[in-house]
Amino acid sequence: MTVFLADLNYWVTIFLMIGGLYIIAAHGNMIKKLVGLSIFQTSVYLLFLSPGKVLGGTAPIIAPGFEVYSNPLPHVLILTAIVVGVATIALGLALVVRIHEAYGTIEDDEVQEMEAD
Amino acid sequence: MLAAHLPALQVVIPLLAAPLCALFRRGFIGWLIAVVANWLAFAASIGLLFRVMNEGVISYAMGGWAPPIGIEYRVDMINVFVLLVVSGVGAVIIPFARTGTAARFNDTDQAWFYTMYLLALTGLLGVTITGDAFNIFVFLEISSLASYVMIAMGRDRRALTAAYQYLIMGTVGATFIVIGIGLLWAMTGTLNMADLAQRIPEINHTRPVLAALAFLAVGISLKLALFPLHLWLPNAYAYAPAVASAFLAGTATKVAIYLFLRFFYTVFGGGEFFASTPIPAMFLALSIVAMFAASTVAVFQADVKRMFAYSSVAQVGFITLGISMVSDAGLTAAMVHLFNHAIMKAGIFMLLGAVMFRLGSVKLEDMAGIGRKMPFTMAGIVILGLGLIGTPGTSGFVSKWWIVLAALEKDQWWLVALILVASLITMIYVGRIVEVAYFREPSAKAVTLREAPLMMLIPAYVLVAATIYFGLDTEWSVGLAQRAAAALLAGTY
Repeated sequence: MTVFLADLNYWVTIFLMIGGLYIIAAHGNMIKKLVGLSIFQTSVYLLFLSPGKVLGGTAPIIAPGFEVYSNPLPHVLILTAIVVGVATIALGLALVVRIHEAYGTIEDDEVQEMEAD
Repeated sequence: MLAAHLPALQVVIPLLAAPLCALFRRGFIGWLIAVVANWLAFAASIGLLFRVMNEGVISYAMGGWAPPIGIEYRVDMINVFVLLVVSGVGAVIIPFARTGTAARFNDTDQAWFYTMYLLALTGLLGVTITGDAFNIFVFLEISSLASYVMIAMGRDRRALTAAYQYLIMGTVGATFIVIGIGLLWAMTGTLNMADLAQRIPEINHTRPVLAALAFLAVGISLKLALFPLHLWLPNAYAYAPAVASAFLAGTATKVAIYLFLRFFYTVFGGGEFFASTPIPAMFLALSIVAMFAASTVAVFQADVKRMFAYSSVAQVGFITLGISMVSDAGLTAAMVHLFNHAIMKAGIFMLLGAVMFRLGSVKLEDMAGIGRKMPFTMAGIVILGLGLIGTPGTSGFVSKWWIVLAALEKDQWWLVALILVASLITMIYVGRIVEVAYFREPSAKAVTLREAPLMMLIPAYVLVAATIYFGLDTEWSVGLAQRAAAALLAGTY
């Protein structure tokens, strides 16, 4: 149990990663797929942020009385990754709107049926 | 002064030109900006090539922040070759873009289209030139997001679902890549690739690094459309506008192949380490399946654009086959075919765009008899098709020659036989088009057909001429590829 708790953030990362991928693969609804994609991307944010935390360290702002700081790099990287993620989901949702206009449905199997005709 | 900043200009020029197109909102001005930006980017690539030839590896500190802390742009023999392919193919395609785009879209949409095109170009050039692993991910997403938009602008409603599918699979691929990069960073504390290349080889047997290797292999394979991760490609290329099909078929998968070589040869430590992993064996098997399965599926396609999209999957198989051999000749074959295939496929998709422009369809049955109505367009498709087969006198022959040479070097006669049979299947689907276009009576649609406009034919014929030229004079293409292959095997960066 202690082993589990010590690496809790990594277990959460793995859970979100697999959960997100499963939703993408298993769901036929195009919006649900995007939700899965978003969860999958979120797991990566945790993966990057976890090793950046230095135990006992404070926020990386130089101030008297503090010697140990956390690593600021992952926060900068993940800020960029979040922006990329937002752009991807926004574009994905816009495409789903257009697909709904063109096909009248956003279910994967129904769209495929219509395309086969 | 200007020469010192060439690595930055290579990416900054198209990046700044993209919002300019969006601001003007005029089709013609947008096109003009795109042409100028793309040609300047091509000039920057040529300038970089001369600098690399004279000075060796160029290291450029972005914004004056010294690497490895700051972002470094690093140009060597390998990526300058890819930069030339990407910006060069773009420089030929963009004059072609005007006629078809102006006929289909209103002013605003044209401007947006050129904006997306320039962003895709920026992203692909950025992935290739940067020496920072996280920077790769950011540029990869810039180019991918722009490509999804371009694909969704196709005239068929299936373009929308193709773009959606590509978005899902492309994002999963990019996320896999960033997971791999994250694990490498957690193990070494650096994101600079030259720095990684020094630190990773010592710890490349540890579990997190091997996990990173697996994530990167799957993520990049998705992006380069290695069989069976190619499912996004056929529809995306088939239903995208002609300009997008030609540009993406010529460059996007090629940049992913470069990325693969960069990570697995340079970062993880040369050919020796790569050969010790199970990846070459997997690549060998999957490449052979790709060559046969994708070519066979191509034979039975009714839509010619879709046929050549499947052919792209098969041709990527030839490139990955070269990579899987982990030898000088194999890597040379891969690099040469990367170059030759970019030219041939971009040319074919441009000429199919011309057929679409006049005929309004690229269905095989509709193309009956158009050989007499559009003689130059069809002749171009036939020459480029011969190149894909690997006929002597075309650049495709040079690629096949080197790949057969690489197989012979290892005494793998069975592989030589397989390569030749796969080329024969290519001949079947190219032959089908020739048969329909030249030996059948024109369909009702084709009777009143005219030859494609010169604005479309001339750029396409530049690529047709290049296919023949690089089939006869191999000094330049093979010479550069050989130097790149030697650098890859040694793992120098």
